[in-house]
Amino acid sequence: MRIGVVTFPGSNSDVDALNALAVAGVEPVSLWHESPDLHGVAGVILPGGFAYGDYLRAGVIARFSPVMRGVSDFAAKGGLVLGICNGFQVLAESRLVPGALLRNRSLRFASKIVAIKPQRLDSPFTHRSTGAPLHIPIAHGEGCYYADDATLDDIERNGQILWRYVRSDGTPALDPDDAANPNGSLRAIAGVCNTAGNVAGLMPHPERMSESILGSDDGMQLIRSFVDSAKAWETGR
Amino acid sequence: MSEFRYAVNVLPKQGILDPQGRAVELSLPHLNVTNVSRVRVGRRAELTVTAGSEAEARALVDDLAKELLSNPLIEAYAIELLEATSSAVSAGGAPPATGSGADSGAKVTRS
Repeated sequence: MRIGVVTFPGSNSDVDALNALAVAGVEPVSLWHESPDLHGVAGVILPGGFAYGDYLRAGVIARFSPVMRGVSDFAAKGGLVLGICNGFQVLAESRLVPGALLRNRSLRFASKIVAIKPQRLDSPFTHRSTGAPLHIPIAHGEGCYYADDATLDDIERNGQILWRYVRSDGTPALDPDDAANPNGSLRAIAGVCNTAGNVAGLMPHPERMSESILGSDDGMQLIRSFVDSAKAWETGR
Repeated sequence: MSEFRYAVNVLPKQGILDPQGRAVELSLPHLNVTNVSRVRVGRRAELTVTAGSEAEARALVDDLAKELLSNPLIEAYAIELLEATSSAVSAGGAPPATGSGADSGAKVTRS
């Protein structure tokens, strides 16, 4: 089975994502931003980085790139799309997932390992998670999740909040100034999905914790969930 | 056809945390300034549209402001007309363009 990773000008975690897919035992396929052709992949990752230099707003220029036409069509058919960090920003700007990512509350670029906890274990992106917090890195300047109150209530009710930043006791770091909430995200949101549940984005980098030699393979719980779901989707078509 | 030059001013919506504005506010005491508050920091884009009318040009700028220059979830924008230039007027005996490399038809600024 083949899973695609998009490379935009300025992507920098595309190779890490390709590697994590290889670790998961699938054939990684590099997709170029200039073509809407997804080469028949069963799932797509939008990787981290600074697509188009993050000019104007992180993710917005990428939204209008040819490959995103292909990704939008793929998502509309039910195909699985995972946006990581800058990829999450691209999905939010494309309005494929709810909300927006604001400048970190601290105004500082945040680069460290954080704890996130899956909020449900029956989604295509979490079903192979143990349910325990995952310790994986963040590296972003604009990761403060924002949506208006009505939207926050909606996504909470619909189960669209897939991961939250948690404190050492496992409880969500709901206070935006909590040290365990690295960017001031509202309701401690680290990642969300669309209403259909097939498009998800998160700020932390699971692909950077994909093998023990990298420090941990916590991220593979998420990557393997995604890969298995993509397999099931492809088989069911 | 005429050319219309606009500025699009984008600011964080009211109620949205604006850490840049806050950082500027926090620096004010270092300048011994105590009577400035409610600082918001945004961005400004300037662009020229060639169109048949100002209404047509403004509608396009409004679309661009909504879709590209701002994110309506978090930002508000205001459009400002800076300059309207009519090539029809310039064809009728406008003064020669100043500077080098100007287009053949000199342009006259109306407003």
